[in-house]
Amino acid sequence: MIASLFRALRLSSPFAMLALLGACASAPPPTAPMRGTGDLGLVVGRADGTLTVVDTSARSALGTIPGLGDLSHASLVYARDGATAFVFGRDGALTRVNLLARRIEARIQQAGNSIGGAISQDGTLVAAQNYQPGGVKVFDARTLQLVADIPASFDAPGEPAKRSRVVGLADLPGKRFIFSLFDANQIWIADLSQGGAPVLTKFLDVGRQPYDALVTPNGRHYIAGLFGEDGLALIDLWEPQPKVRRILGGYGRGQEPLPVFKMPHLRGWAVAGRLAYLPAIGRHEVLVVDTQSWQEVARIPVAGQPVFVMAQPDGRQVWVNFALPDYHRVQVIDTLSQSVVKTLEPGAAVLHLEFTPRGDTVWISSRDANRVSVVDTRNFATLAQLTVPAPSGIFFTSRAARMGF
Amino acid sequence: MRALLICGLLAAAPVFGQPSAPSATELSVTDPARQQALIRIVRQDCGSCHGMLLTGGLGPALTREALADIPFDVVLASIVHGRPGTPMPGWKTLLSVADATWIAQQLQSGFPQEPKSRP
Repeated sequence: MIASLFRALRLSSPFAMLALLGACASAPPPTAPMRGTGDLGLVVGRADGTLTVVDTSARSALGTIPGLGDLSHASLVYARDGATAFVFGRDGALTRVNLLARRIEARIQQAGNSIGGAISQDGTLVAAQNYQPGGVKVFDARTLQLVADIPASFDAPGEPAKRSRVVGLADLPGKRFIFSLFDANQIWIADLSQGGAPVLTKFLDVGRQPYDALVTPNGRHYIAGLFGEDGLALIDLWEPQPKVRRILGGYGRGQEPLPVFKMPHLRGWAVAGRLAYLPAIGRHEVLVVDTQSWQEVARIPVAGQPVFVMAQPDGRQVWVNFALPDYHRVQVIDTLSQSVVKTLEPGAAVLHLEFTPRGDTVWISSRDANRVSVVDTRNFATLAQLTVPAPSGIFFTSRAARMGF
Repeated sequence: MRALLICGLLAAAPVFGQPSAPSATELSVTDPARQQALIRIVRQDCGSCHGMLLTGGLGPALTREALADIPFDVVLASIVHGRPGTPMPGWKTLLSVADATWIAQQLQSGFPQEPKSRP
Protein backbone atom coordinates (compact mmCIF):
# COMPACT_ATOMS: atom_id res chain seq x y z
CA MET A 1 0.00 0.00 0.00
CA ILE A 2 2.69 2.45 1.05
CA ALA A 3 4.94 1.21 -1.73
CA SER A 4 2.36 1.99 -4.36
CA LEU A 5 1.84 5.39 -2.83
CA PHE A 6 5.56 6.07 -3.06
CA ARG A 7 5.57 4.92 -6.66
CA ALA A 8 2.60 7.01 -7.62
CA LEU A 9 4.25 10.09 -6.21
CA ARG A 10 7.62 9.66 -7.79
CA LEU A 11 8.67 12.63 -9.88
CA SER A 12 8.16 12.44 -13.58
CA SER A 13 10.78 13.99 -15.77
CA PRO A 14 10.96 15.44 -19.25
CA PHE A 15 13.02 13.61 -21.81
CA ALA A 16 13.90 16.47 -24.04
CA MET A 17 17.08 16.04 -25.99
CA LEU A 18 19.72 18.65 -25.53
CA ALA A 19 23.22 18.86 -26.82
CA LEU A 20 25.90 20.79 -25.05
CA LEU A 21 28.97 20.97 -27.18
CA GLY A 22 32.31 22.39 -26.29
CA ALA A 23 31.88 22.79 -22.56
CA CYS A 24 35.32 22.64 -21.09
CA ALA A 25 37.13 24.16 -18.17
CA SER A 26 40.64 22.90 -17.88
CA ALA A 27 41.47 21.87 -21.42
CA PRO A 28 45.08 20.89 -22.13
CA PRO A 29 47.33 23.58 -23.53
CA PRO A 30 47.40 23.71 -27.35
CA THR A 31 51.04 22.70 -27.36
CA ALA A 32 50.41 19.55 -25.31
CA PRO A 33 52.53 16.68 -26.65
CA MET A 34 50.80 13.69 -28.19
CA ARG A 35 50.24 10.93 -25.69
CA GLY A 36 48.45 7.63 -25.33
CA THR A 37 45.57 6.99 -22.98
CA GLY A 38 46.52 3.59 -21.53
CA ASP A 39 47.53 5.12 -18.22
CA LEU A 40 44.62 7.53 -17.89
CA GLY A 41 41.43 7.31 -15.92
CA LEU A 42 38.44 9.24 -14.61
CA VAL A 43 37.37 9.82 -11.02
CA VAL A 44 33.75 10.76 -10.39
CA GLY A 45 33.26 13.75 -8.11
CA ARG A 46 29.87 13.17 -6.55
CA ALA A 47 29.41 16.51 -4.88
CA ASP A 48 29.95 18.85 -7.78
CA GLY A 49 29.20 16.89 -10.94
CA THR A 50 32.82 16.92 -12.07
CA LEU A 51 35.11 14.26 -13.52
CA THR A 52 38.81 14.39 -12.66
CA VAL A 53 41.16 13.06 -15.31
CA VAL A 54 44.03 11.18 -13.68
CA ASP A 55 47.38 9.88 -14.91
CA THR A 56 48.20 6.56 -13.25
CA SER A 57 51.89 6.75 -14.22
CA ALA A 58 52.48 10.19 -12.76
CA ARG A 59 49.91 9.44 -10.02
CA SER A 60 48.46 12.88 -10.44
CA ALA A 61 45.38 14.72 -11.66
CA LEU A 62 45.63 16.22 -15.14
CA GLY A 63 42.52 18.34 -15.00
CA THR A 64 38.77 18.26 -14.64
CA ILE A 65 35.68 18.00 -16.80
CA PRO A 66 32.77 19.84 -15.12
CA GLY A 67 29.12 20.06 -15.99
CA LEU A 68 28.06 16.42 -15.63
CA GLY A 69 24.98 17.03 -13.46
CA ASP A 70 23.88 14.68 -10.67
CA LEU A 71 26.65 12.14 -10.35
CA SER A 72 25.42 10.33 -7.27
CA HIS A 73 25.82 6.68 -8.23
CA ALA A 74 27.38 7.61 -11.56
CA SER A 75 29.21 5.06 -13.64
CA LEU A 76 30.86 5.09 -17.02
CA VAL A 77 32.15 2.88 -19.80
CA TYR A 78 34.96 3.42 -22.28
CA ALA A 79 34.94 3.30 -26.04
CA ARG A 80 37.61 1.01 -27.43
CA ASP A 81 39.80 4.02 -28.30
CA GLY A 82 40.42 4.42 -24.57
CA ALA A 83 39.97 8.16 -24.99
CA THR A 84 36.19 8.45 -25.06
CA ALA A 85 33.95 7.68 -22.11
CA PHE A 86 30.17 7.47 -21.76
CA VAL A 87 28.95 8.70 -18.39
CA PHE A 88 25.60 7.62 -16.95
CA GLY A 89 24.28 10.08 -14.37
CA ARG A 90 21.66 9.52 -11.69
CA ASP A 91 19.59 12.27 -13.31
CA GLY A 92 19.20 10.22 -16.50
CA ALA A 93 21.80 12.12 -18.51
CA LEU A 94 24.14 10.32 -20.89
CA THR A 95 27.31 12.28 -21.57
CA ARG A 96 30.19 11.49 -23.91
CA VAL A 97 33.49 12.98 -22.78
CA ASN A 98 36.99 12.98 -24.24
CA LEU A 99 39.85 12.43 -21.80
CA LEU A 100 42.58 13.98 -23.93
CA ALA A 101 40.63 17.10 -24.84
CA ARG A 102 39.11 17.02 -21.35
CA ARG A 103 35.74 18.15 -22.51
CA ILE A 104 32.16 17.11 -23.04
CA GLU A 105 31.52 16.07 -26.65
CA ALA A 106 27.80 15.38 -26.43
CA ARG A 107 25.14 15.12 -23.77
CA ILE A 108 21.52 13.99 -23.83
CA GLN A 109 18.81 13.60 -21.24
CA GLN A 110 17.67 10.04 -21.87
CA ALA A 111 15.62 9.15 -18.78
CA GLY A 112 14.42 10.47 -15.45
CA ASN A 113 16.56 8.25 -13.28
CA SER A 114 19.43 6.12 -14.44
CA ILE A 115 21.76 3.66 -12.77
CA GLY A 116 24.47 2.79 -15.28
CA GLY A 117 25.23 1.41 -18.68
CA ALA A 118 27.26 -0.76 -21.01
CA ILE A 119 28.92 -0.61 -24.41
CA SER A 120 28.61 -3.29 -27.08
CA GLN A 121 31.46 -5.61 -27.97
CA ASP A 122 32.08 -3.78 -31.26
CA GLY A 123 31.83 -0.37 -29.63
CA THR A 124 28.99 0.88 -31.80
CA LEU A 125 26.15 0.80 -29.28
CA VAL A 126 25.80 2.26 -25.80
CA ALA A 127 23.02 1.04 -23.53
CA ALA A 128 21.65 2.77 -20.43
CA GLN A 129 19.75 0.98 -17.68
CA ASN A 130 17.03 3.07 -16.12
CA TYR A 131 14.94 3.06 -12.98
CA GLN A 132 12.53 5.59 -14.32
CA PRO A 133 11.00 4.92 -16.70
CA GLY A 134 12.09 1.32 -16.03
CA GLY A 135 13.88 -0.15 -18.99
CA VAL A 136 16.92 -0.03 -21.25
CA LYS A 137 17.66 2.48 -23.97
CA VAL A 138 20.26 1.81 -26.64
CA PHE A 139 22.09 4.61 -28.45
CA ASP A 140 24.43 4.96 -31.40
CA ALA A 141 27.82 5.52 -29.74
CA ARG A 142 28.84 8.03 -32.41
CA THR A 143 25.75 10.22 -32.56
CA LEU A 144 23.91 9.37 -29.32
CA GLN A 145 20.81 8.88 -31.45
CA LEU A 146 18.29 6.48 -29.94
CA VAL A 147 18.53 3.05 -31.57
CA ALA A 148 16.16 1.04 -29.38
CA ASP A 149 13.86 1.66 -26.43
CA ILE A 150 13.19 -1.48 -24.37
CA PRO A 151 10.56 -0.91 -21.66
CA ALA A 152 10.98 -3.40 -18.81
CA SER A 153 7.27 -4.20 -18.77
CA PHE A 154 5.82 -7.13 -16.92
CA ASP A 155 2.49 -8.20 -15.55
CA ALA A 156 2.38 -7.77 -11.80
CA PRO A 157 -0.64 -9.00 -9.84
CA GLY A 158 -3.32 -6.38 -10.42
CA GLU A 159 -0.90 -4.19 -12.35
CA PRO A 160 -0.61 -5.25 -15.98
CA ALA A 161 2.27 -3.76 -17.98
CA LYS A 162 3.98 -2.42 -14.88
CA ARG A 163 7.56 -1.33 -15.50
CA SER A 164 10.47 -2.70 -13.50
CA ARG A 165 13.60 -0.96 -12.43
CA VAL A 166 16.55 -2.38 -14.37
CA VAL A 167 19.86 -3.42 -12.81
CA GLY A 168 22.88 -5.54 -13.69
CA LEU A 169 23.24 -4.48 -17.33
CA ALA A 170 26.22 -6.02 -19.13
CA ASP A 171 27.43 -6.44 -22.68
CA LEU A 172 27.52 -9.87 -24.32
CA PRO A 173 29.33 -10.89 -27.50
CA GLY A 174 27.57 -9.98 -30.73
CA LYS A 175 25.72 -6.74 -30.06
CA ARG A 176 23.75 -8.20 -27.19
CA PHE A 177 23.00 -6.82 -23.75
CA ILE A 178 21.82 -8.72 -20.68
CA PHE A 179 20.09 -7.17 -17.68
CA SER A 180 17.94 -7.94 -14.64
CA LEU A 181 14.50 -6.66 -13.67
CA PHE A 182 14.51 -5.91 -9.93
CA ASP A 183 10.73 -5.71 -9.58
CA ALA A 184 9.87 -8.55 -11.95
CA ASN A 185 12.36 -11.26 -10.88
CA GLN A 186 13.41 -11.64 -14.50
CA ILE A 187 16.56 -11.54 -16.63
CA TRP A 188 16.39 -10.41 -20.26
CA ILE A 189 18.78 -10.57 -23.19
CA ALA A 190 18.35 -7.98 -25.94
CA ASP A 191 19.94 -8.98 -29.25
CA LEU A 192 20.57 -6.01 -31.55
CA SER A 193 22.68 -7.85 -34.10
CA GLN A 194 19.97 -7.99 -36.74
CA GLY A 195 19.20 -4.30 -36.92
CA GLY A 196 15.59 -3.30 -36.48
CA ALA A 197 13.79 -4.08 -33.26
CA PRO A 198 15.85 -5.89 -30.61
CA VAL A 199 15.12 -9.58 -30.20
CA LEU A 200 14.35 -10.28 -26.54
CA THR A 201 14.96 -13.51 -24.64
CA LYS A 202 13.33 -13.54 -21.21
CA PHE A 203 14.16 -15.69 -18.20
CA LEU A 204 11.30 -15.70 -15.69
CA ASP A 205 11.26 -16.43 -11.96
CA VAL A 206 15.03 -16.15 -11.58
CA GLY A 207 14.74 -15.46 -7.83
CA ARG A 208 13.47 -12.61 -5.71
CA GLN A 209 14.73 -9.07 -6.32
CA PRO A 210 17.89 -9.35 -8.42
CA TYR A 211 19.83 -6.25 -7.32
CA ASP A 212 22.95 -6.32 -9.49
CA ALA A 213 24.80 -8.72 -11.71
CA LEU A 214 28.00 -9.42 -13.55
CA VAL A 215 29.22 -11.25 -16.61
CA THR A 216 32.43 -13.28 -16.43
CA PRO A 217 35.44 -12.03 -18.40
CA ASN A 218 34.87 -14.63 -21.14
CA GLY A 219 31.23 -13.70 -21.51
CA ARG A 220 30.08 -17.19 -20.59
CA HIS A 221 28.35 -16.78 -17.25
CA TYR A 222 25.94 -14.16 -15.98
CA ILE A 223 25.40 -14.03 -12.25
CA ALA A 224 22.69 -11.95 -10.60
CA GLY A 225 22.72 -11.35 -6.85
CA LEU A 226 19.35 -11.68 -5.14
CA PHE A 227 18.27 -9.30 -2.43
CA GLY A 228 15.04 -11.09 -1.59
CA GLU A 229 16.54 -14.47 -0.87
CA ASP A 230 19.80 -16.19 -0.01
CA GLY A 231 21.43 -17.20 -3.25
CA LEU A 232 22.40 -16.03 -6.71
CA ALA A 233 20.98 -16.73 -10.17
CA LEU A 234 23.41 -18.15 -12.73
CA ILE A 235 23.04 -18.48 -16.50
CA ASP A 236 25.54 -20.38 -18.67
CA LEU A 237 25.26 -18.40 -21.89
CA TRP A 238 27.29 -20.91 -23.88
CA GLU A 239 24.63 -23.59 -23.54
CA PRO A 240 22.45 -24.12 -26.64
CA GLN A 241 19.37 -23.43 -24.52
CA PRO A 242 20.56 -21.27 -21.62
CA LYS A 243 18.59 -21.58 -18.41
CA VAL A 244 18.73 -20.13 -14.93
CA ARG A 245 20.01 -22.11 -12.01
CA ARG A 246 20.39 -21.13 -8.40
CA ILE A 247 23.82 -21.12 -6.76
CA LEU A 248 24.75 -20.70 -3.10
CA GLY A 249 21.11 -21.19 -2.17
CA GLY A 250 20.41 -20.70 1.51
CA TYR A 251 23.82 -19.25 2.29
CA GLY A 252 22.29 -17.35 5.20
CA ARG A 253 21.47 -20.68 6.86
CA GLY A 254 18.21 -19.32 8.17
CA GLN A 255 19.81 -16.68 10.36
CA GLU A 256 18.25 -13.25 10.62
CA PRO A 257 20.04 -11.03 8.08
CA LEU A 258 21.94 -7.99 9.31
CA PRO A 259 20.78 -4.61 8.01
CA VAL A 260 22.23 -3.70 4.61
CA PHE A 261 22.94 0.03 4.62
CA LYS A 262 24.26 -0.04 1.08
CA MET A 263 23.64 -2.52 -1.71
CA PRO A 264 26.66 -4.53 -2.84
CA HIS A 265 27.90 -4.11 -6.40
CA LEU A 266 28.74 -7.14 -8.47
CA ARG A 267 30.34 -5.57 -11.52
CA GLY A 268 34.01 -5.78 -10.82
CA TRP A 269 33.89 -9.54 -10.91
CA ALA A 270 36.35 -11.06 -8.49
CA VAL A 271 37.66 -14.21 -10.04
CA ALA A 272 40.99 -15.61 -8.97
CA GLY A 273 42.03 -18.82 -10.64
CA ARG A 274 38.92 -20.99 -10.72
CA LEU A 275 37.37 -19.34 -7.67
CA ALA A 276 34.94 -16.43 -7.59
CA TYR A 277 34.52 -14.13 -4.59
CA LEU A 278 31.06 -12.72 -4.01
CA PRO A 279 29.52 -10.46 -1.37
CA ALA A 280 26.93 -12.03 0.93
CA ILE A 281 23.76 -10.01 1.56
CA GLY A 282 23.01 -9.27 5.21
CA ARG A 283 26.07 -11.16 6.38
CA HIS A 284 29.55 -9.87 7.00
CA GLU A 285 31.09 -12.49 4.76
CA VAL A 286 32.63 -12.98 1.35
CA LEU A 287 31.40 -16.17 -0.30
CA VAL A 288 33.88 -18.20 -2.32
CA VAL A 289 32.50 -20.36 -5.10
CA ASP A 290 34.17 -22.80 -7.49
CA THR A 291 33.41 -21.67 -11.05
CA GLN A 292 33.60 -25.24 -12.38
CA SER A 293 31.12 -26.87 -10.01
CA TRP A 294 29.45 -23.66 -8.72
CA GLN A 295 29.63 -25.09 -5.21
CA GLU A 296 30.58 -23.01 -2.20
CA VAL A 297 34.13 -23.76 -1.12
CA ALA A 298 34.64 -21.19 1.64
CA ARG A 299 33.21 -18.18 3.36
CA ILE A 300 35.50 -15.52 4.72
CA PRO A 301 34.48 -13.32 7.68
CA VAL A 302 35.12 -9.64 6.95
CA ALA A 303 34.70 -6.30 8.74
CA GLY A 304 31.23 -5.41 7.51
CA GLN A 305 28.66 -5.74 4.74
CA PRO A 306 30.81 -6.09 1.59
CA VAL A 307 30.03 -3.66 -1.23
CA PHE A 308 32.79 -4.23 -3.80
CA VAL A 309 34.74 -7.48 -3.81
CA MET A 310 37.45 -7.06 -6.42
CA ALA A 311 40.30 -9.28 -7.50
CA GLN A 312 43.68 -7.87 -8.37
CA PRO A 313 44.35 -8.44 -12.07
CA ASP A 314 46.67 -11.32 -11.18
CA GLY A 315 44.13 -12.87 -8.80
CA ARG A 316 46.67 -13.00 -5.97
CA GLN A 317 44.60 -10.89 -3.60
CA VAL A 318 40.97 -9.79 -3.35
CA TRP A 319 40.11 -6.34 -2.02
CA VAL A 320 36.88 -5.58 -0.20
CA ASN A 321 35.16 -2.38 0.89
CA PHE A 322 32.06 -2.06 3.04
CA ALA A 323 28.71 -0.43 3.61
CA LEU A 324 28.37 2.06 6.43
CA PRO A 325 29.05 2.10 9.30
CA ASP A 326 32.18 0.11 8.41
CA TYR A 327 33.13 2.04 5.30
CA HIS A 328 36.29 3.58 6.67
CA ARG A 329 37.97 0.22 6.17
CA VAL A 330 39.33 -1.80 3.26
CA GLN A 331 40.31 -5.42 3.74
CA VAL A 332 42.62 -7.58 1.67
CA ILE A 333 42.02 -11.31 1.26
CA ASP A 334 44.89 -13.63 0.41
CA THR A 335 43.57 -16.10 -2.16
CA LEU A 336 45.89 -18.91 -1.12
CA SER A 337 45.00 -18.90 2.58
CA GLN A 338 41.42 -17.59 2.00
CA SER A 339 41.83 -15.19 4.88
CA VAL A 340 42.07 -11.48 5.54
CA VAL A 341 45.73 -10.50 5.67
CA LYS A 342 45.47 -6.72 5.87
CA THR A 343 43.02 -4.05 7.02
CA LEU A 344 43.56 -0.51 5.74
CA GLU A 345 41.92 2.73 6.81
CA PRO A 346 42.55 5.05 3.87
CA GLY A 347 40.03 7.75 4.86
CA ALA A 348 36.38 8.02 5.77
CA ALA A 349 33.65 6.67 3.49
CA VAL A 350 35.52 4.43 1.05
CA LEU A 351 33.25 4.15 -1.99
CA HIS A 352 35.30 2.44 -4.68
CA LEU A 353 38.60 0.90 -5.67
CA GLU A 354 40.26 0.34 -9.02
CA PHE A 355 43.47 -1.42 -10.03
CA THR A 356 46.01 -0.08 -12.47
CA PRO A 357 46.05 -2.37 -15.52
CA ARG A 358 48.66 -4.85 -14.30
CA GLY A 359 47.75 -4.52 -10.65
CA ASP A 360 50.81 -2.78 -9.22
CA THR A 361 48.64 -0.25 -7.44
CA VAL A 362 45.06 0.10 -6.27
CA TRP A 363 43.37 3.49 -6.21
CA ILE A 364 40.88 3.98 -3.38
CA SER A 365 38.32 6.80 -3.11
CA SER A 366 37.47 8.15 0.35
CA ARG A 367 34.44 10.36 -0.06
CA ASP A 368 34.44 12.14 3.29
CA ALA A 369 38.20 12.63 3.28
CA ASN A 370 38.01 14.21 -0.21
CA ARG A 371 40.89 11.94 -1.11
CA VAL A 372 41.99 9.29 -3.58
CA SER A 373 44.78 7.11 -2.22
CA VAL A 374 47.23 5.20 -4.41
CA VAL A 375 48.28 2.04 -2.57
CA ASP A 376 51.01 -0.45 -3.47
CA THR A 377 49.34 -3.87 -3.73
CA ARG A 378 52.47 -5.74 -2.59
CA ASN A 379 53.44 -3.87 0.58
CA PHE A 380 50.29 -1.74 1.14
CA ALA A 381 52.32 1.47 1.27
CA THR A 382 50.47 4.65 0.31
CA LEU A 383 52.39 5.97 -2.68
CA ALA A 384 50.35 9.10 -3.37
CA GLN A 385 47.21 10.93 -2.32
CA LEU A 386 45.13 13.08 -4.64
CA THR A 387 42.67 15.70 -3.45
CA VAL A 388 39.33 15.22 -5.19
CA PRO A 389 36.06 16.62 -3.78
CA ALA A 390 33.80 13.77 -2.60
CA PRO A 391 35.28 11.13 -4.93
CA SER A 392 33.26 8.02 -5.74
CA GLY A 393 33.80 5.77 -8.77
CA ILE A 394 37.29 5.36 -10.24
CA PHE A 395 37.47 4.13 -13.84
CA PHE A 396 40.71 3.42 -15.69
CA THR A 397 40.84 3.18 -19.48
CA SER A 398 41.94 -0.47 -19.31
CA ARG A 399 38.21 -1.20 -18.86
CA ALA A 400 37.85 -0.46 -22.58
CA ALA A 401 39.32 -3.87 -23.38
CA ARG A 402 37.30 -5.90 -20.88
CA MET A 403 33.94 -7.54 -21.46
CA GLY A 404 31.43 -6.74 -18.77
CA PHE A 405 33.09 -3.45 -17.86
CA MET B 1 -0.57 -2.00 10.87
CA ARG B 2 0.73 1.51 11.32
CA ALA B 3 0.66 1.06 15.05
CA LEU B 4 2.81 -2.01 14.59
CA LEU B 5 5.25 -0.07 12.48
CA ILE B 6 5.81 2.63 15.04
CA CYS B 7 5.75 0.54 18.17
CA GLY B 8 9.16 0.10 19.65
CA LEU B 9 10.36 3.48 18.52
CA LEU B 10 11.15 4.42 22.08
CA ALA B 11 13.30 1.37 22.56
CA ALA B 12 15.74 2.43 19.85
CA ALA B 13 19.04 3.53 21.27
CA PRO B 14 21.42 6.07 19.78
CA VAL B 15 24.63 4.35 18.83
CA PHE B 16 26.54 6.13 16.13
CA GLY B 17 30.21 5.73 16.75
CA GLN B 18 31.91 5.72 13.38
CA PRO B 19 34.68 8.05 12.30
CA SER B 20 32.69 9.31 9.34
CA ALA B 21 29.89 10.58 11.56
CA PRO B 22 31.67 13.29 13.45
CA SER B 23 31.21 12.89 17.22
CA ALA B 24 27.59 12.12 16.70
CA THR B 25 26.74 10.20 19.80
CA GLU B 26 27.01 12.98 22.34
CA LEU B 27 25.47 15.74 20.27
CA SER B 28 21.82 16.63 20.60
CA VAL B 29 19.84 16.97 17.43
CA THR B 30 19.31 20.62 18.34
CA ASP B 31 23.04 21.15 17.92
CA PRO B 32 23.88 22.67 14.50
CA ALA B 33 26.90 20.35 14.15
CA ARG B 34 24.70 17.30 14.60
CA GLN B 35 22.22 18.66 12.11
CA GLN B 36 25.00 19.16 9.56
CA ALA B 37 26.13 15.57 10.13
CA LEU B 38 22.58 14.33 9.60
CA ILE B 39 22.22 16.38 6.42
CA ARG B 40 25.38 14.79 5.11
CA ILE B 41 24.22 11.29 6.06
CA VAL B 42 20.90 11.77 4.29
CA ARG B 43 22.33 13.41 1.16
CA GLN B 44 25.32 11.10 0.80
CA ASP B 45 24.45 7.79 2.42
CA CYS B 46 20.67 7.62 2.03
CA GLY B 47 21.52 9.19 -1.33
CA SER B 48 23.16 6.00 -2.54
CA CYS B 49 19.67 4.55 -2.98
CA HIS B 50 17.42 7.63 -2.94
CA GLY B 51 19.75 9.90 -4.94
CA MET B 52 21.82 12.79 -3.69
CA LEU B 53 19.01 15.09 -4.75
CA LEU B 54 16.53 12.67 -3.13
CA THR B 55 14.76 12.26 -6.44
CA GLY B 56 14.80 8.49 -6.10
CA GLY B 57 16.75 5.50 -7.32
CA LEU B 58 16.41 1.98 -6.05
CA GLY B 59 14.56 3.70 -3.21
CA PRO B 60 11.66 6.07 -3.84
CA ALA B 61 11.92 9.84 -4.13
CA LEU B 62 12.08 11.63 -0.77
CA THR B 63 11.30 15.13 -1.97
CA ARG B 64 8.74 17.23 -0.14
CA GLU B 65 6.29 16.68 -2.99
CA ALA B 66 6.83 12.92 -2.97
CA LEU B 67 6.21 12.73 0.79
CA ALA B 68 3.34 15.21 0.93
CA ASP B 69 0.58 12.66 1.45
CA ILE B 70 2.48 10.21 3.59
CA PRO B 71 1.75 10.43 7.34
CA PHE B 72 4.66 11.60 9.46
CA ASP B 73 4.53 8.47 11.59
CA VAL B 74 4.99 6.30 8.51
CA VAL B 75 8.03 8.27 7.38
CA LEU B 76 9.51 8.08 10.87
CA ALA B 77 8.81 4.37 11.25
CA SER B 78 10.33 3.68 7.84
CA ILE B 79 13.56 5.34 8.91
CA VAL B 80 13.74 3.69 12.31
CA HIS B 81 12.52 0.19 11.44
CA GLY B 82 12.98 -0.06 7.70
CA ARG B 83 10.41 -1.37 5.26
CA PRO B 84 10.13 -5.16 5.27
CA GLY B 85 10.18 -6.73 1.83
CA THR B 86 12.19 -3.85 0.40
CA PRO B 87 15.91 -3.02 0.60
CA MET B 88 15.18 -0.20 3.10
CA PRO B 89 16.93 -1.14 6.36
CA GLY B 90 15.99 0.08 9.80
CA TRP B 91 18.47 2.75 10.90
CA LYS B 92 17.91 2.38 14.62
CA THR B 93 21.42 1.09 15.22
CA LEU B 94 22.88 4.20 13.61
CA LEU B 95 20.38 6.95 14.42
CA SER B 96 18.58 7.92 17.61
CA VAL B 97 14.81 8.42 17.55
CA ALA B 98 15.46 12.13 17.96
CA ASP B 99 17.74 12.04 14.92
CA ALA B 100 15.17 10.14 12.88
CA THR B 101 12.39 12.49 13.98
CA TRP B 102 14.41 15.50 12.90
CA ILE B 103 15.21 13.87 9.54
CA ALA B 104 11.55 12.97 8.95
CA GLN B 105 10.49 16.52 9.75
CA GLN B 106 13.10 17.98 7.40
CA LEU B 107 12.18 15.58 4.61
CA GLN B 108 8.55 16.53 4.81
CA SER B 109 9.33 20.22 4.70
CA GLY B 110 11.99 19.96 1.97
CA PHE B 111 15.38 18.63 2.98
CA PRO B 112 18.22 21.15 3.49
CA GLN B 113 21.14 21.28 1.08
CA GLU B 114 24.66 20.49 2.14
CA PRO B 115 26.79 23.62 2.36
CA LYS B 116 29.04 23.93 -0.70
CA SER B 117 32.61 23.36 0.30
CA ARG B 118 35.62 22.39 -1.73
CA PRO B 119 38.75 21.23 0.04
